[in-house]
Amino acid sequence: MKRILLTVVLLLNAIVLAQPQTEFIPVTEVPKGDQLPAAPLVIAAYAFVWLAFMAYVWVLWRRLGKVEADISALSAQLGKKRP
Amino acid sequence: MRKAFPLLLGAAGLIFLTAPVVIARAPFESTMGLVQKIFYFHMPPAMLMLLSAFFCGVMSAIYLVKRRAQYDWIAHAAAELTVVFGAIAMVTGPLWARKAWGVWWVWDPRLTMSLLMWMIFVSYLLLRRYGGYGSETLAAGLAVFGMATSPFVYISVNIWRTIHPLTTVVPTLPVDFAVPLWYAFAGFLLLYISLLTLRVRLEEQRAAVDLLYLESEE
Amino acid sequence: MSAFWRVVWIVARKDLAIEARSRELINTTVFFALSCVIIFAVSFVRERALGDAAAGILWVVIAFSGTLALGRTFERERYADTLRALLLAPSARPAIYVGKLIGILGLLFTTEIIVVPLVALLFQARLFAYPVLMSALLIFGTIGFSCVGTLFAAMLARARSRDVLLPILLYPVTIPVMIASVRGTGALLDAAPQLDMARLWIMLLVSFDVVFLTLSLWTFEPVMTE
Repeated sequence: MKRILLTVVLLLNAIVLAQPQTEFIPVTEVPKGDQLPAAPLVIAAYAFVWLAFMAYVWVLWRRLGKVEADISALSAQLGKKRP
Repeated sequence: MRKAFPLLLGAAGLIFLTAPVVIARAPFESTMGLVQKIFYFHMPPAMLMLLSAFFCGVMSAIYLVKRRAQYDWIAHAAAELTVVFGAIAMVTGPLWARKAWGVWWVWDPRLTMSLLMWMIFVSYLLLRRYGGYGSETLAAGLAVFGMATSPFVYISVNIWRTIHPLTTVVPTLPVDFAVPLWYAFAGFLLLYISLLTLRVRLEEQRAAVDLLYLESEE
Repeated sequence: MSAFWRVVWIVARKDLAIEARSRELINTTVFFALSCVIIFAVSFVRERALGDAAAGILWVVIAFSGTLALGRTFERERYADTLRALLLAPSARPAIYVGKLIGILGLLFTTEIIVVPLVALLFQARLFAYPVLMSALLIFGTIGFSCVGTLFAAMLARARSRDVLLPILLYPVTIPVMIASVRGTGALLDAAPQLDMARLWIMLLVSFDVVFLTLSLWTFEPVMTE
């Protein structure tokens, strides 16, 4: 009897776990085994976001600088040509 | 808008600097623990990528009808930002998935749709870069098609398979989780707007250079 | 409306007449498709084909040869500078698009008539078990692929590096067609064929075709105007 009950409970558990999670369940503490391996992933994700934005802003800045240099060079040239 | 740029970028920077503190104070999620914190830096860029793709498609459609260069500049800028924000979502997503699902990548509707949108906008940039004369009209057509194809990708992969946590998660978030999420989202949104202004300005200046070249040729 | 269909008929007949005389496209496309099938057969068949590989391979071959044919048709137009002449003609632009689309469809359907039996033979796939569903998949899948492909190839006809750009632009946009076609064919090839599943995929293909044909007809005019 006990064994049958156990099997039923385990099966129900499996069914519940198989459902996609539809709700956010908060807890106050991280499970022990979870703490260390997750940290590098989180740090990597945050670091990547920062690096990506810095790189993009830098590239944009350089492109803008180049175009603005072109503009000033061209308008100087035009100014010379015009009487 | 141009004067507001340093202000916007400053605000975005401030939010990004303080976000880790706000996020660190939020409680941990039951099944995923610490790794769930990536969510705050994954969901906002992913959502902004889809919004930006949609925005680019709309601007391109308007450009095809009205033929005013401004719409094309905005579409081009939005396409580039779609690729940048998409790249961020594509990197942070797998880092989270590796821990939460045990795999780097799954063929689920939302993931596939995001990847496809990202690829379409990469091809948009390739077309603009290497298409030569007249490629802005062609790129506008491509953006309209890219926007139209996304629901089909979503439906077809949905029929095929699914694991991603349902979208219904977001409204059920308790306040403790929702505050840092929307805080991070505000940061990303401000950053998006400021980068978009900067990028549109670049296109504007390029158009000015082209005009000056034409003038100097005369 | 009759003027529209007359232009469609003239454009399509022009392509078919050129093709009937030279047979350049049909010969090259069919041979290319055959080479692809052989390469896949060498890679994936030992005793029997792996799983439902046949479905995927059939559609990859169709997509590859479709891209090749699309590129070549418009290359021919560009070479003789007839695309400009077509666009200068006082006729509805969408009619020209439909005419070109019919030409491409004719070409691809002919290729499929040869490739499908070959795949069935080399991969021991029962592609002829459900002829109606299979032809529906082939017809709607090919229309979905070609209606986007014709528009993109026409747009790119004047662009630089068009050969490499066509597949780059076309494949991501037509992924839903590929998923639906491959999965639909796979459902038919299954040990226990899932006919409902195949019908669902056909429905998805039909809706894709309707949306993208409408969109192509709308975008062809602004995109082709210089």
